[in-house]
Amino acid sequence: MRIGPFPLTRILDRGAWVFLALLAAFSVLVPLANLLVPPTSPFHVSTYAVALFGKYLCYALLALSIDLIWGYAGILSLGHGAFFALGGYAMGMYLMRQIGTRGVYADPVRPDFMVFLNWPELPWYWYGFDMFWFAALMVLLVPGLLAFVFGWFAFRSRVTGVYLSIITQALTYALMLGFFRNNFGFGGNNGLTDFKDILGFNVQADGTRAALFFSSCVALALGFFICRALVTSKYGKVLIAVRDAEARTRFLGYRVESYKLFAFTLSACMAGVAGALYVPQVGIINPSEFAPANSIEAVIWVAVGGRGTLTGAVLGAVLVNYGKTFFTTGLLAPYWLFVLGGLFIGVTLLLPRGIIGTLQHWWDERRSAKPEPSEAPQTGAAPLTNPHPAE
Amino acid sequence: MHKIFDSAVALVFVIGLMIVAAAPLRAGPYEDSLARFLADSYSDTDAAIGGVAASGHVMAEEVIRALQDRRLMMSPGSKTIVIKGASGALRNAATGQPLAAPPADLTDVRINNRVRRAIDAALGSLTLLSPDARRRFEAAQAVFKSRDESALPALDTAIAKEISQGVRRALSQARAAVILMQSDAKEADKLAAVAIVRDRGDQDALAVLGGLPAETAAPVRKAAADAVGSIQNNLALWSGVQNAWYGLSLGSVLMLAAIGLAITFGVMGVINMAHGEMVMLGAYTTFVVQEIIRTSYPGLFDWSLAVAIPLAFLVAGIVGIGIERGIIRFLYGRPLETLLATWGLSLVLQQAVRTTFGPTNREVGSPSWMSGAFEVGQITITYNRLWIIVFTLLVFVALLALLRFTRLGLEMRAVTQNRAMAASMGIRTARIDALTFGLGSGIAGIAGVALSQIDNVSPNLGQGYIIDSFMVVVFGGVGNLWGTLVGAFTLGIANKFLEPYAGAVLAKIAILVLIILFIQKRPRGMFALRGRAVEA
Repeated sequence: MRIGPFPLTRILDRGAWVFLALLAAFSVLVPLANLLVPPTSPFHVSTYAVALFGKYLCYALLALSIDLIWGYAGILSLGHGAFFALGGYAMGMYLMRQIGTRGVYADPVRPDFMVFLNWPELPWYWYGFDMFWFAALMVLLVPGLLAFVFGWFAFRSRVTGVYLSIITQALTYALMLGFFRNNFGFGGNNGLTDFKDILGFNVQADGTRAALFFSSCVALALGFFICRALVTSKYGKVLIAVRDAEARTRFLGYRVESYKLFAFTLSACMAGVAGALYVPQVGIINPSEFAPANSIEAVIWVAVGGRGTLTGAVLGAVLVNYGKTFFTTGLLAPYWLFVLGGLFIGVTLLLPRGIIGTLQHWWDERRSAKPEPSEAPQTGAAPLTNPHPAE
Repeated sequence: MHKIFDSAVALVFVIGLMIVAAAPLRAGPYEDSLARFLADSYSDTDAAIGGVAASGHVMAEEVIRALQDRRLMMSPGSKTIVIKGASGALRNAATGQPLAAPPADLTDVRINNRVRRAIDAALGSLTLLSPDARRRFEAAQAVFKSRDESALPALDTAIAKEISQGVRRALSQARAAVILMQSDAKEADKLAAVAIVRDRGDQDALAVLGGLPAETAAPVRKAAADAVGSIQNNLALWSGVQNAWYGLSLGSVLMLAAIGLAITFGVMGVINMAHGEMVMLGAYTTFVVQEIIRTSYPGLFDWSLAVAIPLAFLVAGIVGIGIERGIIRFLYGRPLETLLATWGLSLVLQQAVRTTFGPTNREVGSPSWMSGAFEVGQITITYNRLWIIVFTLLVFVALLALLRFTRLGLEMRAVTQNRAMAASMGIRTARIDALTFGLGSGIAGIAGVALSQIDNVSPNLGQGYIIDSFMVVVFGGVGNLWGTLVGAFTLGIANKFLEPYAGAVLAKIAILVLIILFIQKRPRGMFALRGRAVEA
């Protein structure tokens, strides 16, 4: 990839422009089709569908965050659902505080479950969540801080490869066990639900849902832009070098740990934002979001779309989740796990580059088949599979 | 209507006459005590129980048992106490004769908690002389708890006649407890009693020593306080032993689940996320074997596990070889992809089992030699846990022997150490890979047979173990069976020692966090391979 004179042309290639344009069109057309087109028209999009698409977009942002570290830094996190859920809990706590006296027990400060458990007052870690700006800050800070501390320990002592995968999985598992406990102060296994307002608007209202959908589009576009900017920069090149030959990069004098730590922390913040947008659209957050299986499922979205291609991560998340909705809402429900399991096996065996990666590869092959030998090494996409794991 | 009333009156009259006639002949301590039930007050009932028990009458035990089960009734009009049999038949408690017709005013003898305690105490002293040693023992325990003074004579006779050591000890402990409660016992006797109770050393002994009557003399009090201190130390020690035992038990379960993984992950470097499903297949094999035995050869049920073990090994092993040949061999050198593919496989296997056997728990029975428990000191040891520990160690030793003394083991180690060299020495490495994977999976299947005895057999059985087993292998060090052994038992025991302080969930979280920190310090586990093997 050529590093052009203007940052914007460097960051956004043709594929990226196409993606952003599609996303922009989607972000405007879907809310309009929901709010303005009458329900009788075939072009009407139901509120249910708006919430569903919004959910897919949040998953896409999560997939993007995983692709940033897995596709470009070679860190396979099997615990990214933890950051997603933490962001979701931060938003859920804000939404709980907004319920106020409309809860079952009509307590102005304490959420229902605390009244039910006879907690005399709000625990200190719930302070400040009645303010949106504070909650929004926590959505970024809590996952980011956890990722920073965790990553600092892990990368510094050079825990790599499958070991890192397993301890990230243990991390989310430990968090799940903790959040399931009532005395942890986050609603136990019921989690947080029954939300009423967000920023003064009713979360159930069509307008709010459309706005949330639009926000998800914006967040996804922003996340995409940040990731593109990173991976096309010099930093991104080093990150790819870390992925393909960690030891060699270290010997060249780069502080591998710092590069990985930055990517990991940024990725966790993105996952947190995805979770925060997910919660008001779905209407509930509970500890099962921490389940290791969820995190692993998110990894397969990236693998399906194409690891190391940012648009692929988005496409994979939307496709797989559309498939999940399609399968689990009909007679085919018992077969969904066969399909999902088959995807895991099939994609890793038969389509290791994923959909977008395969298309890109095919496109590059065709281009390099033309007699332009001097161009070929530069135009070729970064190698997608890692032939030599860190020596 | 009138006629029925008349005949009832006549009947009552006749019965009354019979009793009046019989009374002078039969009046004795038993009958006198029995009559006190008629007073219908709790204190009289209490006294009646004591009297009946002390009378030594043949009917005494039956009367008190009937009272305990609320089958003892009275008819104040005819002054009769009636025992209602389990089938509803009525008998006169005084004579044991069946009653022809029930008296009209038959009501229950009422009982409350105080009466219940009296009943337990009375039954305790009544059965002290039972011919059955187990019942004598239980009676002694009951007296120890009730500390009923009236049992003292019975205790003395029982101790004099007792032949069994264990029962005699229990009897003298009961006697000591009674003496401690007596206000008129000699101080020397009481001090001796304190010593006897101290030797018992359990919670009940603490209760006896802590509940001395107020008028107890100072030296006895002091001896009792010392004894309480020493018992508490002793109990703390035993609770440590108990935690260690639970820890061993949990460790053996972890070990069983992890040992197959230690081969596939440790020896081959392959992450098999479907490992838990191999365990599950083993458990379901046990279920199928038991179903067949139950329907076709019920007499062989005690042998079901012996049949299931080789079958589970074969089933899981063959599936494992299939996985290696079909999926994993295409992914060597790409550990992260292997992880994802095998995860997908685990989903498929789970769902396949769910559609075949249903999503609910399946019942797997225990053979008779695995049920029951015995006591060591202050802790109870169940046979199934004990057998699982023994079984785990057997599997471990067999595996070590296989790796060290067989040709397959030699070739496995050769391929692990240097694949290219092994291949050039004529070892068919692809075949060894498949067999190694099959062996690891087969062992997981065997683990499934054992786990089916203590866990629910459901499609999710394997998932619960996968993270724990990885923790064990990572903690113990990759490529080292001894590391797995030490890792499993360390984690098991640490978990059980943390549980009393932190609760089960927090203990688990603490262990996970500790392992995460431990991996920071020693990324390759406790027993890391050194030298060239690290790069393999």
